[in-house]
Amino acid sequence: MTSELLVFLVLSLVAIASALGMLFSRNAIYSALFLVLNFVTVAVFYLTLGAPFIAMSQITVYAGAIMVLFLFVIMLLGAERMTAPNALPWQRPLAFLLAITLTVESVYLILTRAKPDTVIAAPDAATNSMESLREMAMTLFDKFLLPFEVTSILLLAAMVGAIVLAKKERAGSKS
Amino acid sequence: MISVNYYVILSAILFAIGALGVLIRRNPLIIFMSIELMLNAANLAFVAFGRSWEIAKGEAFFNGQIFVFFVIAVAAAEVAVGLALIVEIFKTKKNINIDEMNTLKG
Repeated sequence: MTSELLVFLVLSLVAIASALGMLFSRNAIYSALFLVLNFVTVAVFYLTLGAPFIAMSQITVYAGAIMVLFLFVIMLLGAERMTAPNALPWQRPLAFLLAITLTVESVYLILTRAKPDTVIAAPDAATNSMESLREMAMTLFDKFLLPFEVTSILLLAAMVGAIVLAKKERAGSKS
Repeated sequence: MISVNYYVILSAILFAIGALGVLIRRNPLIIFMSIELMLNAANLAFVAFGRSWEIAKGEAFFNGQIFVFFVIAVAAAEVAVGLALIVEIFKTKKNINIDEMNTLKG
């Protein structure tokens, strides 16, 4: 067994275990922390796939900003423990059945039908260099300039939307 | 030797776990987290396929990574608006159980 395969197996075990931990934690704060662990693991996967910039943005944006927002809202609402009675008792076993079916059929199809099966080599020194990052930025600001600008409009719309939702009550009482 | 299929299988498993979370949990915050997990699984597949293409062609290829960059931006926007909505629903209903969110009026 090569060391690459060992690293991959250990990391994927951590990723799947933290995802399951997120799913089955009673406390929503533990779920959020498990999800942070999962995001960091996926960031390490990005490093092994030769995408250092994406790995670092994953850690800063996902594990940092988004999860802090989640924790903030969980603590604000006091929604750590929600023990609500399940309205649909048949839903849970059906959901497990469907999820297991989805996993098995997708893994089966990938193993039998996916071709060609490229071998992923470990990234070399050139991939993790500043030159490679510069080239990626050139692609982003040249070929993908329009989507990049549309993203800024999307972020602006999200910001305005969040502010409008938060301010709604005060505007209603004034009118 | 790791092939690209290993990464895609891991991505499929993470996606299925996220879908299971959306189906079985009653807390909308956890459902949101499961959606983030599914987005992440898709991102992992994007980067893995991009790397696979890069190795097959032998030249630098960044389209997969740039797509992941856009997905991260969209996820950030989505979380900001979604959490604002959840807070607003909590303010009016004093409860965020999704089984009780069955009316369109606030």
